[in-house]
Amino acid sequence: MAKSLLIISRQAPWSGPGAREALDIVLAGGAFDLPIGLLFLDDGVFQLATQQDAKALQQKDLSANLQALPMFGVEQLFVCADSTAQRGLDSSALSLEEAQVLAANEITALIDRYDQVITL
Amino acid sequence: MKFAIAVFSAAHAPSSRRALLFAQAALAGGHEIVRLFFYQDGVYNASGSVVTPQDELDVPKQWRAFISEQKLDGVVCIAAALRRGVLNGEEAKRYQRDAVAVGAPWELSGLGQLHDAVQDADRLICFGGA
Repeated sequence: MAKSLLIISRQAPWSGPGAREALDIVLAGGAFDLPIGLLFLDDGVFQLATQQDAKALQQKDLSANLQALPMFGVEQLFVCADSTAQRGLDSSALSLEEAQVLAANEITALIDRYDQVITL
Repeated sequence: MKFAIAVFSAAHAPSSRRALLFAQAALAGGHEIVRLFFYQDGVYNASGSVVTPQDELDVPKQWRAFISEQKLDGVVCIAAALRRGVLNGEEAKRYQRDAVAVGAPWELSGLGQLHDAVQDADRLICFGGA
């Protein structure tokens, strides 16, 4: 059986290539049909804020890639409830509706469920 | 035990030095390293263009020697490397760039190599992530 991998994405979308590069690992894993999960934690939850204007920064928007996750077979998507609350984001109005909002104790259990973890 | 090692930090970062020392200790302890994968700023560890001050540990040079001597699989993510200007001869030619920063024993390849290593190893050990 294939080993499961959880990617914990902790970077804001416009702080550098970190968020995109974390997502690229997830998409590659999905393309290989591997059991892969993605957790948005800390500043990583900013990736799910709505009404971002990438053009103003002359950058490409991550949200199209994020919406493509279920199509790549990545359905294990999670958001940290504390991280969204601390940053004033409404966890019921994020750009990735499929993502489950988890409390801190649920995140502990989540990490425990995966064989391997990468935090970026 | 079979280890996969992923390095995400630049050559001058303390975590890259720790990755090198961990890898050396793993082999010395009789373990196996299925692959070393360099991603994000970790690609700078493979750069032959890094100049380290004489009184500091030359991490890229040490990696090169270690990977060559131990005949390890040292893979640099090609997309991350292109973005940071760490090109091998083939990519420099493809994109018409003058600077070639990486050669043997390093290999430029895709993220599939990371997933492959994760599947193959008992443990994945990451250095320099967020």
